[in-house]
This record gives sequence, structure tokens and C-alpha cells, in this order.
Amino acid sequence: MLLVDWLYVGVFLVVGLAMAALPLAVVWALAPRLAQPQKRTTYESGVVPFGQAWAQFNVRYYLFSLVFVIFDVEVIYLYPWSIVFRQYGRYAFFVMLIFVGILLLGLIHAWRKGALEWT
Amino acid sequence: MVNWPLEIVRAVLLTAAVFTFMAVVAAMFGVLLERKVGGWIQSRLGPKHVGPQGLLQTVADTIKLLQKEHIEPRAADRAIFNTAPLVVAVAGLMSWVVIPFGTLGDRVLVVRDLNIGVVFFAAMASLTVVGILAGGFASNNKYALLGGLRSASQMISYELPLAMALIAVAMEAGTLSTVGIVEAQAGWFGSFAFRQFPAFVIFLIAATAEVNRVPFDLPEAESELVAGYFSEYTGMRFALFQLGEYGEMFAMAAMATTLFLGGWKGPVLPGVVWFLLKMYLIVFLLMWVRWTYPRYRLDQLLNLSWKVLLPAGLVWILITGYRVTF
Repeated sequence: MLLVDWLYVGVFLVVGLAMAALPLAVVWALAPRLAQPQKRTTYESGVVPFGQAWAQFNVRYYLFSLVFVIFDVEVIYLYPWSIVFRQYGRYAFFVMLIFVGILLLGLIHAWRKGALEWT
Repeated sequence: MVNWPLEIVRAVLLTAAVFTFMAVVAAMFGVLLERKVGGWIQSRLGPKHVGPQGLLQTVADTIKLLQKEHIEPRAADRAIFNTAPLVVAVAGLMSWVVIPFGTLGDRVLVVRDLNIGVVFFAAMASLTVVGILAGGFASNNKYALLGGLRSASQMISYELPLAMALIAVAMEAGTLSTVGIVEAQAGWFGSFAFRQFPAFVIFLIAATAEVNRVPFDLPEAESELVAGYFSEYTGMRFALFQLGEYGEMFAMAAMATTLFLGGWKGPVLPGVVWFLLKMYLIVFLLMWVRWTYPRYRLDQLLNLSWKVLLPAGLVWILITGYRVTF
């Protein structure tokens, strides 16, 4: 049964892509194509574009994604725990208490170091 | 034994049905509903000229968009620019695989009751960010790049509280299957909206941010970034972004219904009707918020996620664990 489940997911992916591409085919067939070079300039509020957009950007975005990776991995560990912890009673609860506690300490550390400040 | 050809045909038909449902109900009439609700809240009439009471407005818009030229900026990265809208649209569709719509006799109407349904939903919901970031980056437009980056930082920040809410519900229900979670909620007060109220609140806030809606619509902030990550998109590719966004929003509302409001359960009326009623209640709530509140600043937005919702979610998981264990 497991394989059938993932067959459905795969079909959703492939057929979904095809169905999303269908209107694009209609556009390709119907829509006009007028060759005017000005039309293909980058939009920048009406002035002539200045340089490229592929330049340096704020390093904060990167910092937040690093903190995110740490906590996302934690979440991956919490999912399986969330359904089996009943079977193991108090032991599972205290183990997870320690795990989440360490991560909360990590969050407090990142907070105090200013990793969560935008300015 | 599994009859493979039959299963494949069924899967293809179901995909077509769900895609059509998403395109027509969620995107086309979702946009119309949004404009009507907005008009109502601001004491206007909203669209009313095409069809009775403006019912066909979005149909007309779609036909118009089908005839619009597709413009590719010369500076853009062609391949990524053209595929990004497809990723967003398909990501919006995929979440629907695990959502139970109702019952027919003894059978539950769901595309597939995956045993890891909740994890699958979280994964697909966060797939949108790939398309948005790719679209914003490939446009080679400063507004689009900023919109894409903001969207990425916002969506990854709110993915964590969202996952915390999902985990708390899974702990209470003892399963990750969406059908199992609905079945674990018996009666009016058995619905997790009561027993898991903090998780419900966290889920609603995080879901609003995940689908980039006001008050968390910084990625498209039309007053500062033109149209954010889809500034450079025209015609049908723009429409695909909208389709993905509204599909995602309805999927979030459907998931909130499934996890917290008891899904298809309810007296007298058939399950599908209850499911739709509850889903539209959440959708209306999201629209109400959109037309009522102003936009957050980026630092406020990140603070809310990292300093309020994330610790609250972790603590709530521990409280739920304590309650279930002892």
C-alpha cells in the first residue's frame, strides 16, 4: 500500500506540472509577439536600469537561514518522537525535555548574541 | 495485489479533479470572494458588471490573461524565470493530497491517507519558497530580488512555529495521518481548537505568514516593492503565481479545518458540506484580517516569529507532552 501512496504523489507532481503548463501552451498559441526591444528592459520605476540586480545583499538574510537550519533539524527529530512517546512513558518525556531544553538554550544564546536582531 | 494500470488512471483523474477544484474554487472564485469581502468591509460594491453580481469577473480576467503576451526581460535568467511559476503552482496543488474532504458512506474522501500526512503537508507548504526565491532571483530586478529574499526569510521563520503547532496536534492525536487526526476529535468540545488552543493560534498566525498575506505581505508590499517577486511577470505566468498562492491559502484553511475544527465532522449535514463551511470560515477570517490590518515591518515580523511564536511553540509542546504522559 505504501508504494501506491507514493505513486499518487508522483502522479500529482507530473500531471500537476503538465496541467499548470497547459495555459502556457495556450498563451504560446494565442498571444501576440511583437518585437520591440524596449519592452524587454528590466522594470525600474521608469528610469533606465542601473547596473544588475545580482549584487551584494544584506548578510542578515543568510544569518537567519543558518539559525533556521538548526531549528528545522530539531523539528525533524520531534516528528517521530511526537507519535511514539506515549509508548515509552516518562522516560521519553524527560529525554525530550533535555533535548528541547538544550535547543532553547541555543535560542537564548543566539538571541543574546544579536543574531535575531534585524537592525 | 495492486492493479497498477487502474491505480495510475485513478491517480491521473484525481489530479485533474483536484487541480480543477483548486483553479476554479480556490483561485478564480477565491479572488472574486476576496474582492467582494474587501468591497463589503470598505463599504464598496466590489466587482459587479461581468455576469450576475460580478460572478464571472475572474473568468473574464483569466480569458484576458490567456491572450496577453509573455514578456521576458533581456537581463533575466531564462530557464529559471520560466519554470518558477510552475513550481509555485504545483507546490500549491501538492498540499491537497493529504486533505480529507468528507465521507461517502464508510469511505473517507481523501486523495491518499499518507501515514506521514502532516509532515508531507509541512514539506509541500514550504516548497513554495523555492519557486518564489527562484522567480525573484531570476528576474534580475531589484524589487523582485528584495521581494524574493524577504519572502524566503519570512517563510523559513514561520515554518518553525507552523511545525510546532503541527507536532503538538500530532502528539495529542497520537498519529501523523490527517484522517487519524480528524477521527481523534470527537464531538464539539473534542475538537482540537479547544484542547490545543495555543497551537491553533500559532497555526493561524504562521499560516497567514506562510502564504504571504497581510499583515505579513512584505514580499509583495505593493507600496514599496512594486509587486515584489513577480514584478517582471506578465500574463499567464503572473496568473500561475496567483493560482499557487490562492491554492496554498485554501490548503492552509483546509488544514486548519482538519487539524483543529474536526474536519468533515458535524451533525445533520453531509461531511463535505461541513468541511467546506469550516474551510470558508477560516478563509473568511484570513480575508477579514487582510482588509483590516496594516503591514508589519521586517524586523517586527521576524521578532514575532523568533522571539514569541517559536519559544511559545516549544513550551506548548512540552506542556502537551507533560499532559499526555502524566
